[in-house]
Amino acid sequence: MNNQTPIRESRVSRTAAMALMFLLAIYFLLPIYFLLVAATKPQGDLASTFGLAFSHFNLFENLSTLFGRSDGIFGRWALNSVIYAVLGAAVGTLISALCGYALAKFKFRGREFLFSVILGGVLVPTTALALPLFLLFSATGIVNTYLAVFLPSIVSPFGVYLARIFTSAAVPDEILESARLDGAGEFRTFFSVSLKLMTPALVTIFLFQFVGIWNNFFLPMVMLQKESLFPITLGLFEWNGQTARVSLLQESVITGALISIVPVIIVFILLQRFWRTGLAAGSIK
Amino acid sequence: MADIATRATRVTPATRGRRHNGGGPRAGVIVAFVTPFFLPFVLFYLVPICYAIGQSFMAVRRTGGQYGTSYTTFGGFEQYVKVFQNTEFWSSIGRIALFGIVQVPVMLFLALIMALLLDTPLLKLKAFFRIAAFMPYAVPGVIAAIMWSFLYSPQLSPVVDVLKAIGLQPDFLGPGAVLWSAANVSTWLWTGYNMLIMYSALQAIPQELYEAAKLDGASNWAIAWKIKVPIIAPSIILTTVFSIIGTLQLYAEPAVLRQISSNISSTFTPNMLAYAVASGNNYQQAAAISVVIAVITFVLSFGFMRLTSKRAGL
Repeated sequence: MNNQTPIRESRVSRTAAMALMFLLAIYFLLPIYFLLVAATKPQGDLASTFGLAFSHFNLFENLSTLFGRSDGIFGRWALNSVIYAVLGAAVGTLISALCGYALAKFKFRGREFLFSVILGGVLVPTTALALPLFLLFSATGIVNTYLAVFLPSIVSPFGVYLARIFTSAAVPDEILESARLDGAGEFRTFFSVSLKLMTPALVTIFLFQFVGIWNNFFLPMVMLQKESLFPITLGLFEWNGQTARVSLLQESVITGALISIVPVIIVFILLQRFWRTGLAAGSIK
Repeated sequence: MADIATRATRVTPATRGRRHNGGGPRAGVIVAFVTPFFLPFVLFYLVPICYAIGQSFMAVRRTGGQYGTSYTTFGGFEQYVKVFQNTEFWSSIGRIALFGIVQVPVMLFLALIMALLLDTPLLKLKAFFRIAAFMPYAVPGVIAAIMWSFLYSPQLSPVVDVLKAIGLQPDFLGPGAVLWSAANVSTWLWTGYNMLIMYSALQAIPQELYEAAKLDGASNWAIAWKIKVPIIAPSIILTTVFSIIGTLQLYAEPAVLRQISSNISSTFTPNMLAYAVASGNNYQQAAAISVVIAVITFVLSFGFMRLTSKRAGL
Protein backbone atom coordinates (compact mmCIF):
# COMPACT_ATOMS: atom_id res chain seq x y z
CA MET A 1 0.00 0.00 0.00
CA ASN A 2 1.45 3.38 -0.84
CA ASN A 3 0.49 5.47 2.10
CA GLN A 4 1.02 9.17 1.49
CA THR A 5 -0.09 10.35 4.93
CA PRO A 6 2.63 11.70 7.26
CA ILE A 7 4.13 9.05 9.49
CA ARG A 8 3.27 10.80 12.74
CA GLU A 9 -0.41 11.10 11.94
CA SER A 10 -0.56 7.49 11.00
CA ARG A 11 1.18 6.35 14.19
CA VAL A 12 -1.25 8.23 16.41
CA SER A 13 -4.26 7.07 14.42
CA ARG A 14 -2.92 3.54 14.31
CA THR A 15 -2.79 3.37 18.10
CA ALA A 16 -6.19 5.02 18.51
CA ALA A 17 -7.76 2.71 15.93
CA MET A 18 -6.32 -0.42 17.54
CA ALA A 19 -7.40 0.72 21.00
CA LEU A 20 -10.96 1.39 19.85
CA MET A 21 -11.19 -1.94 18.05
CA PHE A 22 -9.86 -3.81 21.08
CA LEU A 23 -12.47 -2.16 23.30
CA LEU A 24 -15.22 -3.15 20.90
CA ALA A 25 -13.86 -6.69 20.57
CA ILE A 26 -13.98 -7.00 24.38
CA TYR A 27 -17.59 -5.79 24.31
CA PHE A 28 -18.52 -8.44 21.73
CA LEU A 29 -16.64 -11.28 23.35
CA LEU A 30 -17.29 -10.56 27.02
CA PRO A 31 -20.77 -12.14 27.30
CA ILE A 32 -19.57 -15.26 25.48
CA TYR A 33 -16.51 -15.52 27.71
CA PHE A 34 -18.70 -15.03 30.78
CA LEU A 35 -20.98 -17.83 29.62
CA LEU A 36 -18.01 -20.12 29.05
CA VAL A 37 -16.68 -19.46 32.56
CA ALA A 38 -20.11 -19.74 34.19
CA ALA A 39 -20.81 -23.06 32.46
CA THR A 40 -17.79 -24.60 34.18
CA LYS A 41 -18.84 -23.56 37.69
CA PRO A 42 -21.03 -25.38 40.21
CA GLN A 43 -24.32 -23.57 40.93
CA GLY A 44 -23.09 -22.49 44.35
CA ASP A 45 -20.10 -20.61 42.90
CA LEU A 46 -22.17 -18.56 40.43
CA ALA A 47 -23.08 -15.86 42.92
CA SER A 48 -20.20 -16.28 45.36
CA THR A 49 -17.22 -16.05 42.98
CA PHE A 50 -16.18 -13.36 40.50
CA GLY A 51 -17.96 -13.94 37.19
CA LEU A 52 -14.94 -13.67 34.90
CA ALA A 53 -12.62 -15.96 36.84
CA PHE A 54 -12.72 -19.75 36.73
CA SER A 55 -13.35 -21.51 40.03
CA HIS A 56 -14.02 -25.18 40.71
CA PHE A 57 -14.19 -26.96 37.33
CA ASN A 58 -17.61 -28.56 37.20
CA LEU A 59 -18.44 -28.55 33.48
CA PHE A 60 -18.95 -32.29 33.08
CA GLU A 61 -21.25 -32.53 36.10
CA ASN A 62 -23.20 -29.55 34.72
CA LEU A 63 -23.53 -31.26 31.36
CA SER A 64 -24.82 -34.47 32.86
CA THR A 65 -27.32 -32.55 35.02
CA LEU A 66 -28.41 -30.60 31.94
CA PHE A 67 -28.97 -33.63 29.75
CA GLY A 68 -30.51 -35.62 32.62
CA ARG A 69 -33.20 -33.08 33.50
CA SER A 70 -36.86 -34.11 32.89
CA ASP A 71 -35.92 -37.37 31.12
CA GLY A 72 -33.41 -35.71 28.82
CA ILE A 73 -35.71 -33.04 27.46
CA PHE A 74 -32.76 -30.79 26.60
CA GLY A 75 -31.36 -33.36 24.18
CA ARG A 76 -34.78 -33.51 22.59
CA TRP A 77 -34.85 -29.72 22.17
CA ALA A 78 -31.40 -29.75 20.62
CA LEU A 79 -32.49 -32.48 18.21
CA ASN A 80 -35.65 -30.50 17.37
CA SER A 81 -33.61 -27.38 16.62
CA VAL A 82 -31.39 -29.43 14.33
CA ILE A 83 -34.41 -30.95 12.57
CA TYR A 84 -36.18 -27.60 12.09
CA ALA A 85 -33.03 -25.80 10.97
CA VAL A 86 -31.34 -28.45 8.79
CA LEU A 87 -34.45 -29.78 7.06
CA GLY A 88 -36.09 -26.37 6.80
CA ALA A 89 -32.97 -24.77 5.35
CA ALA A 90 -32.36 -27.69 2.96
CA VAL A 91 -35.88 -27.64 1.53
CA GLY A 92 -35.91 -23.84 1.61
CA THR A 93 -32.63 -23.61 -0.29
CA LEU A 94 -33.82 -25.99 -2.99
CA ILE A 95 -37.10 -24.18 -3.64
CA SER A 96 -35.40 -20.75 -3.48
CA ALA A 97 -32.79 -21.97 -5.96
CA LEU A 98 -35.42 -23.28 -8.39
CA CYS A 99 -37.43 -20.06 -8.24
CA GLY A 100 -34.44 -17.71 -8.32
CA TYR A 101 -32.97 -19.67 -11.23
CA ALA A 102 -36.21 -19.40 -13.20
CA LEU A 103 -36.37 -15.67 -12.47
CA ALA A 104 -32.79 -15.23 -13.65
CA LYS A 105 -32.72 -17.47 -16.72
CA PHE A 106 -36.22 -17.83 -18.15
CA LYS A 107 -38.00 -15.01 -19.89
CA PHE A 108 -41.70 -15.04 -19.20
CA ARG A 109 -44.51 -12.59 -18.85
CA GLY A 110 -45.03 -11.26 -15.32
CA ARG A 111 -41.49 -12.17 -14.29
CA GLU A 112 -40.61 -8.77 -12.85
CA PHE A 113 -43.98 -8.50 -11.14
CA LEU A 114 -43.46 -11.89 -9.50
CA PHE A 115 -39.99 -10.82 -8.38
CA SER A 116 -41.32 -7.57 -6.88
CA VAL A 117 -43.98 -9.45 -4.93
CA ILE A 118 -41.33 -11.80 -3.53
CA LEU A 119 -38.99 -8.90 -2.73
CA GLY A 120 -41.84 -7.18 -0.91
CA GLY A 121 -41.88 -10.29 1.28
CA VAL A 122 -38.39 -9.41 2.53
CA LEU A 123 -39.88 -6.33 4.18
CA VAL A 124 -42.78 -8.15 5.86
CA PRO A 125 -42.14 -8.48 9.58
CA THR A 126 -42.27 -12.25 10.17
CA THR A 127 -43.61 -11.81 13.68
CA ALA A 128 -46.67 -10.12 12.15
CA LEU A 129 -47.32 -13.38 10.27
CA ALA A 130 -47.11 -15.66 13.30
CA LEU A 131 -50.44 -14.80 14.91
CA PRO A 132 -52.63 -15.08 11.78
CA LEU A 133 -50.74 -18.26 10.85
CA PHE A 134 -51.60 -19.65 14.27
CA LEU A 135 -55.29 -19.03 13.64
CA LEU A 136 -55.15 -20.57 10.16
CA PHE A 137 -53.20 -23.55 11.44
CA SER A 138 -55.61 -24.10 14.35
CA ALA A 139 -58.40 -24.37 11.81
CA THR A 140 -56.49 -27.10 9.97
CA GLY A 141 -55.19 -28.90 13.06
CA ILE A 142 -51.50 -28.35 12.29
CA VAL A 143 -50.95 -26.30 15.45
CA ASN A 144 -48.73 -27.99 18.02
CA THR A 145 -47.01 -30.29 15.50
CA TYR A 146 -43.58 -30.20 13.84
CA LEU A 147 -45.22 -28.95 10.64
CA ALA A 148 -46.48 -25.78 12.33
CA VAL A 149 -42.89 -24.56 12.70
CA PHE A 150 -41.39 -26.35 9.72
CA LEU A 151 -43.76 -25.23 6.95
CA PRO A 152 -43.53 -21.44 7.41
CA SER A 153 -39.76 -21.76 7.91
CA ILE A 154 -39.06 -23.06 4.41
CA VAL A 155 -40.19 -19.79 2.81
CA SER A 156 -37.31 -17.32 2.49
CA PRO A 157 -37.88 -14.42 0.06
CA PHE A 158 -34.31 -13.28 0.75
CA GLY A 159 -33.12 -16.70 -0.44
CA VAL A 160 -34.90 -16.25 -3.79
CA TYR A 161 -33.36 -12.80 -4.12
CA LEU A 162 -29.87 -14.22 -3.48
CA ALA A 163 -30.49 -17.16 -5.83
CA ARG A 164 -31.49 -14.83 -8.64
CA ILE A 165 -28.44 -12.59 -8.25
CA PHE A 166 -26.04 -15.50 -7.91
CA THR A 167 -27.50 -17.36 -10.87
CA SER A 168 -27.16 -14.33 -13.12
CA ALA A 169 -23.53 -14.03 -12.09
CA ALA A 170 -22.49 -17.69 -12.00
CA VAL A 171 -24.44 -19.52 -14.71
CA PRO A 172 -23.56 -18.35 -18.25
CA ASP A 173 -26.33 -18.47 -20.84
CA GLU A 174 -23.99 -20.24 -23.31
CA ILE A 175 -23.79 -23.32 -21.09
CA LEU A 176 -27.57 -23.53 -20.87
CA GLU A 177 -27.81 -23.09 -24.65
CA SER A 178 -25.41 -25.91 -25.33
CA ALA A 179 -27.18 -28.18 -22.85
CA ARG A 180 -30.42 -27.43 -24.69
CA LEU A 181 -28.74 -28.16 -28.00
CA ASP A 182 -27.71 -31.53 -26.61
CA GLY A 183 -31.38 -32.16 -26.02
CA ALA A 184 -31.32 -31.96 -22.22
CA GLY A 185 -34.58 -30.92 -20.56
CA GLU A 186 -34.63 -27.84 -18.32
CA PHE A 187 -34.74 -29.90 -15.12
CA ARG A 188 -31.87 -32.11 -16.22
CA THR A 189 -29.86 -29.02 -17.10
CA PHE A 190 -30.68 -27.49 -13.75
CA PHE A 191 -29.73 -30.51 -11.67
CA SER A 192 -26.72 -31.70 -13.65
CA VAL A 193 -25.16 -28.43 -14.86
CA SER A 194 -26.49 -25.33 -13.13
CA LEU A 195 -26.61 -26.60 -9.54
CA LYS A 196 -22.88 -27.34 -9.64
CA LEU A 197 -22.12 -23.80 -10.77
CA MET A 198 -24.41 -22.44 -8.07
CA THR A 199 -22.89 -24.43 -5.20
CA PRO A 200 -21.19 -21.52 -3.36
CA ALA A 201 -24.43 -19.56 -3.66
CA LEU A 202 -26.46 -22.48 -2.35
CA VAL A 203 -24.20 -22.82 0.70
CA THR A 204 -24.70 -19.11 1.41
CA ILE A 205 -28.48 -19.34 1.10
CA PHE A 206 -28.51 -22.46 3.26
CA LEU A 207 -26.45 -20.78 5.99
CA PHE A 208 -28.61 -17.68 6.16
CA GLN A 209 -31.77 -19.71 6.35
CA PHE A 210 -30.27 -22.17 8.84
CA VAL A 211 -29.39 -19.36 11.24
CA GLY A 212 -32.77 -17.70 10.71
CA ILE A 213 -34.59 -20.89 11.71
CA TRP A 214 -32.15 -21.80 14.49
CA ASN A 215 -32.62 -18.36 16.05
CA ASN A 216 -36.37 -18.24 15.58
CA PHE A 217 -38.31 -17.91 18.77
CA PHE A 218 -41.59 -16.11 18.20
CA LEU A 219 -43.06 -18.59 15.71
CA PRO A 220 -42.41 -21.71 17.84
CA MET A 221 -43.65 -19.87 20.91
CA VAL A 222 -46.93 -19.05 19.20
CA MET A 223 -47.35 -22.49 17.61
CA LEU A 224 -46.20 -25.00 20.23
CA GLN A 225 -47.51 -26.00 23.63
CA LYS A 226 -46.02 -29.50 23.75
CA GLU A 227 -42.58 -29.29 25.40
CA SER A 228 -41.30 -32.25 23.40
CA LEU A 229 -41.59 -30.22 20.18
CA PHE A 230 -39.74 -27.12 21.43
CA PRO A 231 -36.54 -25.90 19.81
CA ILE A 232 -33.66 -24.98 22.15
CA THR A 233 -34.52 -21.27 22.18
CA LEU A 234 -38.06 -21.80 23.43
CA GLY A 235 -37.01 -24.51 25.90
CA LEU A 236 -34.32 -22.36 27.51
CA PHE A 237 -36.71 -19.40 27.60
CA GLU A 238 -39.20 -21.50 29.58
CA TRP A 239 -36.50 -22.74 31.96
CA ASN A 240 -35.19 -19.22 32.43
CA GLY A 241 -38.67 -18.18 33.51
CA GLN A 242 -38.64 -20.86 36.21
CA THR A 243 -35.25 -20.04 37.78
CA ALA A 244 -36.90 -17.77 40.36
CA ARG A 245 -38.70 -20.81 41.80
CA VAL A 246 -36.17 -23.52 40.93
CA SER A 247 -32.88 -21.76 41.49
CA LEU A 248 -30.83 -24.87 40.64
CA LEU A 249 -32.10 -24.52 37.09
CA GLN A 250 -29.88 -21.47 36.58
CA GLU A 251 -26.73 -23.50 36.01
CA SER A 252 -28.55 -25.63 33.43
CA VAL A 253 -29.80 -22.54 31.60
CA ILE A 254 -26.20 -21.28 31.43
CA THR A 255 -24.73 -24.59 30.29
CA GLY A 256 -27.60 -25.08 27.83
CA ALA A 257 -27.08 -21.61 26.37
CA LEU A 258 -23.41 -22.40 25.83
CA ILE A 259 -24.24 -25.72 24.15
CA SER A 260 -26.72 -23.99 21.87
CA ILE A 261 -24.31 -21.36 20.54
CA VAL A 262 -20.99 -23.22 20.28
CA PRO A 263 -21.81 -25.38 17.21
CA VAL A 264 -23.19 -22.41 15.29
CA ILE A 265 -20.19 -20.23 16.14
CA ILE A 266 -17.81 -22.95 14.93
CA VAL A 267 -19.74 -23.36 11.67
CA PHE A 268 -19.66 -19.57 11.26
CA ILE A 269 -15.92 -19.30 11.60
CA LEU A 270 -15.30 -22.24 9.26
CA LEU A 271 -17.62 -20.93 6.57
CA GLN A 272 -16.78 -17.22 6.78
CA ARG A 273 -16.18 -16.94 3.04
CA PHE A 274 -19.82 -17.75 2.27
CA TRP A 275 -21.15 -15.23 4.74
CA ARG A 276 -19.19 -12.50 3.14
CA THR A 277 -20.45 -13.26 -0.36
CA GLY A 278 -24.02 -13.34 0.95
CA LEU A 279 -23.67 -10.04 2.77
CA ALA A 280 -21.95 -8.48 -0.21
CA ALA A 281 -24.86 -9.50 -2.43
CA GLY A 282 -27.27 -8.08 0.13
CA SER A 283 -25.43 -4.79 0.08
CA ILE A 284 -25.78 -4.32 -3.68
CA LYS A 285 -29.54 -4.02 -3.43
CA MET B 1 -50.94 -16.22 -22.57
CA ALA B 2 -51.46 -16.58 -26.33
CA ASP B 3 -47.79 -16.46 -27.21
CA ILE B 4 -47.02 -19.13 -24.61
CA ALA B 5 -49.65 -21.39 -26.17
CA THR B 6 -48.28 -20.98 -29.68
CA ARG B 7 -44.77 -21.52 -28.47
CA ALA B 8 -45.85 -24.72 -26.76
CA THR B 9 -47.35 -26.10 -29.98
CA ARG B 10 -44.24 -25.20 -31.91
CA VAL B 11 -42.02 -27.37 -29.74
CA THR B 12 -42.40 -30.54 -31.75
CA PRO B 13 -39.76 -33.28 -31.74
CA ALA B 14 -38.33 -31.87 -34.96
CA THR B 15 -37.68 -28.40 -33.59
CA ARG B 16 -36.98 -29.44 -30.05
CA GLY B 17 -33.23 -29.35 -30.17
CA ARG B 18 -33.14 -25.98 -31.87
CA ARG B 19 -33.43 -22.64 -30.26
CA HIS B 20 -36.92 -21.37 -30.91
CA ASN B 21 -36.90 -17.60 -31.28
CA GLY B 22 -37.43 -15.67 -28.04
CA GLY B 23 -35.77 -18.55 -26.20
CA GLY B 24 -36.91 -20.03 -22.92
CA PRO B 25 -38.74 -23.19 -21.99
CA ARG B 26 -42.44 -23.99 -22.13
CA ALA B 27 -44.89 -22.44 -19.66
CA GLY B 28 -45.35 -25.76 -17.87
CA VAL B 29 -41.64 -25.96 -17.12
CA ILE B 30 -41.54 -22.42 -15.76
CA VAL B 31 -44.51 -23.16 -13.52
CA ALA B 32 -42.76 -26.30 -12.28
CA PHE B 33 -39.69 -24.25 -11.32
CA VAL B 34 -41.53 -21.41 -9.65
CA THR B 35 -44.38 -23.21 -7.86
CA PRO B 36 -42.38 -25.09 -5.18
CA PHE B 37 -41.44 -21.71 -3.73
CA PHE B 38 -44.42 -19.66 -4.76
CA LEU B 39 -47.12 -21.94 -3.39
CA PRO B 40 -45.73 -21.96 0.19
CA PHE B 41 -45.06 -18.23 -0.21
CA VAL B 42 -48.73 -17.66 -0.99
CA LEU B 43 -49.91 -20.01 1.77
CA PHE B 44 -47.61 -18.81 4.55
CA TYR B 45 -47.05 -15.15 3.58
CA LEU B 46 -49.86 -13.76 1.46
CA VAL B 47 -52.79 -15.71 2.89
CA PRO B 48 -51.96 -14.85 6.55
CA ILE B 49 -51.58 -11.18 5.61
CA CYS B 50 -54.99 -11.15 3.93
CA TYR B 51 -56.48 -13.16 6.77
CA ALA B 52 -55.13 -10.74 9.39
CA ILE B 53 -56.53 -7.79 7.46
CA GLY B 54 -59.87 -9.58 7.19
CA GLN B 55 -59.93 -10.46 10.90
CA SER B 56 -59.11 -6.88 11.86
CA PHE B 57 -62.43 -5.78 10.37
CA MET B 58 -64.44 -8.34 12.34
CA ALA B 59 -65.87 -8.14 15.84
CA VAL B 60 -67.24 -10.62 18.35
CA ARG B 61 -70.75 -9.96 19.62
CA ARG B 62 -72.92 -11.77 22.13
CA THR B 63 -76.59 -12.48 21.99
CA GLY B 64 -78.34 -11.57 25.22
CA GLY B 65 -75.87 -10.38 27.86
CA GLN B 66 -72.81 -11.84 29.49
CA TYR B 67 -73.70 -15.52 29.10
CA GLY B 68 -75.20 -15.43 25.64
CA THR B 69 -73.61 -17.25 22.74
CA SER B 70 -70.97 -15.26 20.91
CA TYR B 71 -70.74 -14.84 17.17
CA THR B 72 -68.32 -13.06 14.85
CA THR B 73 -69.59 -10.38 12.55
CA PHE B 74 -68.34 -7.50 10.42
CA GLY B 75 -67.22 -4.69 12.68
CA GLY B 76 -65.89 -2.07 10.28
CA PHE B 77 -63.14 0.04 11.79
CA GLU B 78 -64.20 -0.83 15.33
CA GLN B 79 -60.97 -2.70 16.10
CA TYR B 80 -58.82 0.11 14.73
CA VAL B 81 -60.68 2.68 16.81
CA LYS B 82 -59.97 0.51 19.86
CA VAL B 83 -56.30 0.29 18.96
CA PHE B 84 -55.96 4.04 18.67
CA GLN B 85 -57.86 4.59 21.94
CA ASN B 86 -55.67 2.09 23.76
CA THR B 87 -53.20 3.94 25.99
CA GLU B 88 -51.07 0.80 26.35
CA PHE B 89 -50.67 0.77 22.58
CA TRP B 90 -49.46 4.36 22.53
CA SER B 91 -47.04 3.84 25.39
CA SER B 92 -45.58 0.77 23.66
CA ILE B 93 -45.19 2.82 20.47
CA GLY B 94 -43.58 5.64 22.44
CA ARG B 95 -41.12 3.25 24.07
CA ILE B 96 -40.18 1.64 20.77
CA ALA B 97 -39.81 5.04 19.09
CA LEU B 98 -37.44 6.21 21.83
CA PHE B 99 -35.58 2.91 21.55
CA GLY B 100 -35.28 3.21 17.78
CA ILE B 101 -34.24 6.87 17.71
CA VAL B 102 -31.35 6.17 20.06
CA GLN B 103 -30.38 2.54 19.44
CA VAL B 104 -30.44 2.45 15.63
CA PRO B 105 -28.13 5.47 15.09
CA VAL B 106 -25.74 4.35 17.85
CA MET B 107 -25.52 0.83 16.44
CA LEU B 108 -25.10 1.94 12.83
CA PHE B 109 -22.54 4.58 13.77
CA LEU B 110 -20.49 1.94 15.61
CA ALA B 111 -20.85 -0.41 12.64
CA LEU B 112 -19.76 2.29 10.21
CA ILE B 113 -16.71 3.29 12.28
CA MET B 114 -15.63 -0.36 12.51
CA ALA B 115 -16.19 -0.96 8.80
CA LEU B 116 -14.18 2.15 7.87
CA LEU B 117 -11.35 1.23 10.22
CA LEU B 118 -11.22 -2.31 8.86
CA ASP B 119 -10.95 -0.81 5.39
CA THR B 120 -7.86 1.28 6.24
CA PRO B 121 -4.25 0.08 6.48
CA LEU B 122 -4.25 1.33 10.12
CA LEU B 123 -5.32 -1.96 11.67
CA LYS B 124 -3.64 -5.25 12.30
CA LEU B 125 -5.51 -8.43 13.33
CA LYS B 126 -8.34 -7.56 10.96
CA ALA B 127 -9.64 -11.12 10.71
CA PHE B 128 -9.86 -11.33 14.50
CA PHE B 129 -11.84 -8.09 14.80
CA ARG B 130 -14.16 -9.12 12.01
CA ILE B 131 -14.93 -12.47 13.60
CA ALA B 132 -15.31 -11.00 17.09
CA ALA B 133 -17.86 -8.48 15.85
CA PHE B 134 -19.79 -10.97 13.75
CA MET B 135 -19.91 -13.71 16.39
CA PRO B 136 -23.00 -12.38 18.19
CA TYR B 137 -24.98 -12.87 14.97
CA ALA B 138 -24.62 -16.61 15.57
CA VAL B 139 -26.36 -16.22 18.94
CA PRO B 140 -30.16 -16.42 18.98
CA GLY B 141 -31.84 -13.28 20.34
CA VAL B 142 -33.33 -15.19 23.27
CA ILE B 143 -29.99 -16.68 24.25
CA ALA B 144 -28.27 -13.28 23.91
CA ALA B 145 -30.88 -11.75 26.19
CA ILE B 146 -30.41 -14.59 28.70
CA MET B 147 -26.61 -14.07 28.64
CA TRP B 148 -26.93 -10.34 29.15
CA SER B 149 -29.54 -10.78 31.86
CA PHE B 150 -26.88 -12.60 33.88
CA LEU B 151 -24.55 -9.66 33.28
CA TYR B 152 -27.29 -7.29 34.48
CA SER B 153 -28.26 -9.36 37.50
CA PRO B 154 -27.02 -7.84 40.79
CA GLN B 155 -26.23 -11.30 42.21
CA LEU B 156 -24.22 -12.82 39.36
CA SER B 157 -22.81 -10.03 37.27
CA PRO B 158 -19.06 -9.40 37.16
CA VAL B 159 -19.86 -6.06 35.51
CA VAL B 160 -21.92 -4.97 38.51
CA ASP B 161 -19.12 -6.20 40.81
CA VAL B 162 -16.54 -4.10 39.01
CA LEU B 163 -18.73 -1.00 38.91
CA LYS B 164 -19.48 -1.37 42.63
CA ALA B 165 -15.78 -1.68 43.36
CA ILE B 166 -15.21 1.76 41.83
CA GLY B 167 -18.05 3.24 43.86
CA LEU B 168 -21.00 3.14 41.42
CA GLN B 169 -24.44 1.72 42.15
CA PRO B 170 -25.63 0.42 38.78
CA ASP B 171 -29.18 -0.83 38.42
CA PHE B 172 -29.50 -2.22 34.92
CA LEU B 173 -33.01 -3.49 35.57
CA GLY B 174 -34.44 -0.34 37.14
CA PRO B 175 -37.44 1.49 35.64
CA GLY B 176 -35.33 4.06 33.79
CA ALA B 177 -32.54 1.75 32.69
CA VAL B 178 -34.27 -1.42 31.54
CA LEU B 179 -35.21 -0.07 28.09
CA TRP B 180 -31.54 0.74 27.47
CA SER B 181 -30.49 -2.64 28.79
CA ALA B 182 -32.71 -4.18 26.11
CA ALA B 183 -31.27 -1.74 23.56
CA ASN B 184 -27.79 -2.89 24.50
CA VAL B 185 -28.69 -6.52 23.73
CA SER B 186 -29.90 -5.50 20.26
CA THR B 187 -26.78 -3.43 19.66
CA TRP B 188 -24.58 -6.32 20.74
CA LEU B 189 -26.45 -8.72 18.45
CA TRP B 190 -26.60 -6.66 15.27
CA THR B 191 -23.62 -4.29 15.12
CA GLY B 192 -21.32 -6.88 13.56
CA TYR B 193 -23.88 -7.94 10.97
CA ASN B 194 -24.43 -4.34 9.86
CA MET B 195 -20.70 -3.72 9.96
CA LEU B 196 -20.08 -6.62 7.57
CA ILE B 197 -22.72 -5.36 5.10
CA MET B 198 -21.01 -1.96 5.05
CA TYR B 199 -17.55 -3.52 4.95
CA SER B 200 -18.50 -5.69 1.95
CA ALA B 201 -19.67 -2.56 0.14
CA LEU B 202 -16.38 -0.80 0.97
CA GLN B 203 -14.41 -3.75 -0.36
CA ALA B 204 -16.22 -3.48 -3.66
CA ILE B 205 -14.97 0.08 -4.28
CA PRO B 206 -12.04 0.06 -6.72
CA GLN B 207 -8.80 1.30 -5.12
CA GLU B 208 -8.11 3.68 -8.05
CA LEU B 209 -10.88 5.93 -6.76
CA TYR B 210 -8.70 6.91 -3.81
CA GLU B 211 -5.45 7.29 -5.72
CA ALA B 212 -6.15 10.84 -6.90
CA ALA B 213 -7.23 11.96 -3.44
CA LYS B 214 -4.14 10.38 -1.90
CA LEU B 215 -1.84 12.12 -4.37
CA ASP B 216 -3.50 15.40 -3.37
CA GLY B 217 -2.47 14.63 0.20
CA ALA B 218 -5.93 13.88 1.56
CA SER B 219 -5.84 12.15 4.96
CA ASN B 220 -7.38 8.72 5.56
CA TRP B 221 -10.00 10.54 7.61
CA ALA B 222 -11.00 12.80 4.72
CA ILE B 223 -11.04 9.93 2.25
CA ALA B 224 -13.28 7.94 4.60
CA TRP B 225 -15.90 10.62 5.17
CA LYS B 226 -15.84 12.45 1.83
CA ILE B 227 -15.41 9.53 -0.58
CA LYS B 228 -16.16 6.19 1.06
CA VAL B 229 -19.26 7.05 3.09
CA PRO B 230 -21.15 8.65 0.16
CA ILE B 231 -20.32 5.66 -2.06
CA ILE B 232 -21.64 3.10 0.42
CA ALA B 233 -24.75 5.19 1.21
CA PRO B 234 -27.07 2.53 -0.32
CA SER B 235 -25.73 -0.05 2.14
CA ILE B 236 -26.18 2.32 5.05
CA ILE B 237 -29.76 2.95 3.92
CA LEU B 238 -30.35 -0.80 3.63
CA THR B 239 -29.05 -1.48 7.15
CA THR B 240 -31.18 1.39 8.48
CA VAL B 241 -34.32 -0.04 6.90
CA PHE B 242 -33.59 -3.52 8.26
CA SER B 243 -32.96 -2.00 11.69
CA ILE B 244 -36.27 -0.11 11.62
CA ILE B 245 -38.09 -3.34 10.73
CA GLY B 246 -36.25 -5.18 13.51
CA THR B 247 -36.99 -2.52 16.10
CA LEU B 248 -40.73 -2.57 15.42
CA GLN B 249 -40.74 -6.36 15.79
CA LEU B 250 -38.91 -6.31 19.12
CA TYR B 251 -40.08 -9.18 21.28
CA ALA B 252 -37.50 -11.70 22.50
CA GLU B 253 -35.12 -9.36 24.34
CA PRO B 254 -37.71 -7.55 26.47
CA ALA B 255 -39.61 -10.84 27.01
CA VAL B 256 -36.48 -12.40 28.53
CA LEU B 257 -35.65 -9.33 30.64
CA ARG B 258 -39.25 -9.41 31.87
CA GLN B 259 -38.44 -12.74 33.52
CA ILE B 260 -35.99 -11.00 35.87
CA SER B 261 -37.30 -7.44 36.02
CA SER B 262 -40.68 -6.21 37.20
CA ASN B 263 -40.11 -3.01 35.22
CA ILE B 264 -41.12 -4.60 31.94
CA SER B 265 -44.85 -5.01 31.53
CA SER B 266 -46.52 -7.65 29.37
CA THR B 267 -47.32 -4.84 26.91
CA PHE B 268 -43.84 -3.29 26.82
CA THR B 269 -43.49 -3.35 23.02
CA PRO B 270 -46.24 -3.32 20.35
CA ASN B 271 -45.48 -6.93 19.50
CA MET B 272 -45.72 -8.00 23.14
CA LEU B 273 -49.05 -6.17 23.32
CA ALA B 274 -50.34 -8.00 20.22
CA TYR B 275 -49.30 -11.34 21.73
CA ALA B 276 -50.86 -10.51 25.11
CA VAL B 277 -54.13 -9.52 23.44
CA ALA B 278 -54.14 -12.68 21.31
CA SER B 279 -53.48 -14.80 24.42
CA GLY B 280 -56.67 -13.30 25.82
CA ASN B 281 -58.46 -14.79 22.79
CA ASN B 282 -59.20 -11.35 21.35
CA TYR B 283 -57.88 -12.29 17.91
CA GLN B 284 -59.61 -9.50 16.01
CA GLN B 285 -58.02 -6.85 18.21
CA ALA B 286 -54.62 -8.62 17.97
CA ALA B 287 -54.96 -8.71 14.18
CA ALA B 288 -55.70 -4.99 14.08
CA ILE B 289 -52.60 -4.28 16.21
CA SER B 290 -50.46 -6.47 13.92
CA VAL B 291 -51.79 -4.68 10.84
CA VAL B 292 -51.07 -1.27 12.38
CA ILE B 293 -47.50 -2.37 13.26
CA ALA B 294 -46.97 -3.67 9.72
CA VAL B 295 -48.32 -0.45 8.17
CA ILE B 296 -46.09 1.68 10.40
CA THR B 297 -43.14 -0.52 9.40
CA PHE B 298 -43.87 -0.09 5.69
CA VAL B 299 -44.43 3.65 5.95
CA LEU B 300 -41.21 4.17 7.90
CA SER B 301 -39.05 1.91 5.68
CA PHE B 302 -40.34 3.33 2.41
CA GLY B 303 -40.43 6.86 3.77
CA PHE B 304 -36.83 6.58 4.87
CA MET B 305 -35.75 5.13 1.52
CA ARG B 306 -37.54 7.88 -0.41
CA LEU B 307 -36.20 10.63 1.82
CA THR B 308 -32.59 9.48 1.68
CA SER B 309 -32.56 8.56 -2.00
CA LYS B 310 -33.90 12.02 -2.88
CA ARG B 311 -31.33 13.79 -0.75
CA ALA B 312 -28.43 11.65 -1.91
CA GLY B 313 -29.60 11.88 -5.51
CA LEU B 314 -29.46 8.11 -5.89
